[in-house]
Amino acid sequence: MTQIFHDAPADRNFRAKWFTGRLVIYGALILWAFICLFPIYWTLSTSFKAAADVMKGSMIPWVDFAPKWLGWKSLGLSPETLMQDSTVRDEFLRRFWNSTIIAGTSSVLATALGSMAAYGLSRFSYKFLWMKNQDISFFFLSQLILPPVVLALPFLVLYKELDLLDNHVGLIAIYTLSVLPIVIWIMKDQFESIPTELEEAAMVDGLSIWGAFLTIILPIALPGMVAALILSLVLTWNEYFFAALLTSTHANTLPVMVASQTGSQGISWWSMAALSFAAILPLIIIGVALERFIIKGMAAGAVK
Amino acid sequence: MSSGDLLHVVTVDDISSGRRLLGRGLIWGSLALLVLVAMLQSQQVWGGVDHGFANWRPTLYAYLVFSICLCWAQVILRGEQGKRTLFVLPAALFVVSLTVFPLLFGLIIAFSNWNLSNPDGRQFNGLDNVWQMWADPFYWNALTNMVWYCLAILPEYVVAFGLALLLNAQIRARKFFRVAFLLPLMLSPVAVSWMIGKSMLVIQPAGPVIRLLKFVGVESPALFSTGWTAKAVIMAMDAWTFIPFMMIMILAGLQAIPKELQEAARVDGATGWKSFWEVTFPLMLPVTVTALLIRLIFKLKLADIIINVTSGGPGGATDSVTSFIFREYRDRSNVGYGTLLAMVYLVLIIIVMTVLMKFADKAVRPRT
Repeated sequence: MTQIFHDAPADRNFRAKWFTGRLVIYGALILWAFICLFPIYWTLSTSFKAAADVMKGSMIPWVDFAPKWLGWKSLGLSPETLMQDSTVRDEFLRRFWNSTIIAGTSSVLATALGSMAAYGLSRFSYKFLWMKNQDISFFFLSQLILPPVVLALPFLVLYKELDLLDNHVGLIAIYTLSVLPIVIWIMKDQFESIPTELEEAAMVDGLSIWGAFLTIILPIALPGMVAALILSLVLTWNEYFFAALLTSTHANTLPVMVASQTGSQGISWWSMAALSFAAILPLIIIGVALERFIIKGMAAGAVK
Repeated sequence: MSSGDLLHVVTVDDISSGRRLLGRGLIWGSLALLVLVAMLQSQQVWGGVDHGFANWRPTLYAYLVFSICLCWAQVILRGEQGKRTLFVLPAALFVVSLTVFPLLFGLIIAFSNWNLSNPDGRQFNGLDNVWQMWADPFYWNALTNMVWYCLAILPEYVVAFGLALLLNAQIRARKFFRVAFLLPLMLSPVAVSWMIGKSMLVIQPAGPVIRLLKFVGVESPALFSTGWTAKAVIMAMDAWTFIPFMMIMILAGLQAIPKELQEAARVDGATGWKSFWEVTFPLMLPVTVTALLIRLIFKLKLADIIINVTSGGPGGATDSVTSFIFREYRDRSNVGYGTLLAMVYLVLIIIVMTVLMKFADKAVRPRT
């Protein structure tokens, strides 16, 4: 008995095409994932290498080289040194704490101020002097194009007069300023998508306008706020330029510490790698755990 | 929103004259306090009368008190209307006091000869800084470099678009790839410049990239010795951190395209490439414009990687304006000249961005 139904030659061709298509797509995906992840892996593995292994460029632990706690020991964070006193570790922890305080406070502040402003701008019409809503929004967003270098030197001189150099408050103020436009951009989009009938109903029930904002609208806009907060955290945690200019010993943040580890007798790659990895670890964790919020936040402004 | 509120609220506000008086008193009283403190302080600095102030903080505190009173008085004076103002006023006050004031101050600095290591302090020198800038080949060099760095956005965009298309395709493990592609954006530029710029590109016999280049057949892969390769490496590292940013925006745009449109195109016989060019790409134009403009804004701030990897070298080939001014201050504490350079840069940016935004508006608006 002969087969009655064949795949047409065109269809067989199609299957082969589909298969190569898949191959190309996954090949490209894996290639780019490798490009993205390899530097992180390289940093982590370098922190476990001895000098000879670094110079040989060994790649795979236990196969190419025997992992040692060298890099982490120099930070005072390896298992043996963890229980002992270590000035390097204290230094590192202080910088880490500075970064946490400064990035955290300024992100929270920017999210609070920015959400309020975005809500106001999306609901009411204002007139400050000659500026209407459109102008006010543009004024906030136009801060984005202000390059940090323009503000840096005036701030340096001003802070010197105000005794705010090398001070947490000074850095928090300037970081809040630098992320505020982004927060307003994201949050305005969020609030505009929430129907005003919600507040109207709430106010008929006797809530004040601030009551409606705090108890009805904010919980709905919470995902957007989290997105704005995380984006701000990423930007402020990584900020280097202002921190390098405006701090010296007391309020140093982690990026400044990473950048200043040139060392006198050449670079000790393993401790650099350990320090770099410790500096990026919190954000890697945030990135992996809260990825959807970040994507949501960045997508908010893109699609109108 | 040009006419009227979106949210209509009718409230009865009868504000008694006593309350009105209290509100006005708060504003003017705190303003008077601010003026008084500022005057006392300037008297100490320029008039030689010692009031015992160590720094300008008292003026700052008086300004804070004034700001709080101004916000509070809005509610006292205008009731419900004032409560609405309170949404925007704090942010507006914050931004105004932290940008407008330093900018005006910066204008004064820009036209003075001020070296922080010089005990004489600040002296006006008119347009001297401008002439110095005009004759400064390194500043012009930095500006030309910025043009190249900005042009590098286009290839970045192409890669980002490609990646977004890949992520939007029917694939498995989509979440894994999305997270992996996003990670470079989370990393601090300083750490990136150490991780990649130094340890992968510089360690001579063994850096992974060096070995790859040798494997491909490059004789002596010293990446930071000639200008163009150094510039290309900086561009690549910056691209590495920021491609996820554009990718996510484009991905969001792709996901917002209604599936019916692509299906309709397929029914009409448009396949693969053609459906991309004639359906997807035109629909993505607004997102493209937004993504490119925002990327440009971030690109114009490029500095961290340059400062940490090459500090402008070799011979200024990788300098961006920001890193150049940073070194101008770090090496010579030349505040006056550096501020002028920054101000010129700002003016250039504003001109370029305004022109680009006009063009973008035209490109995005649907043709009729």
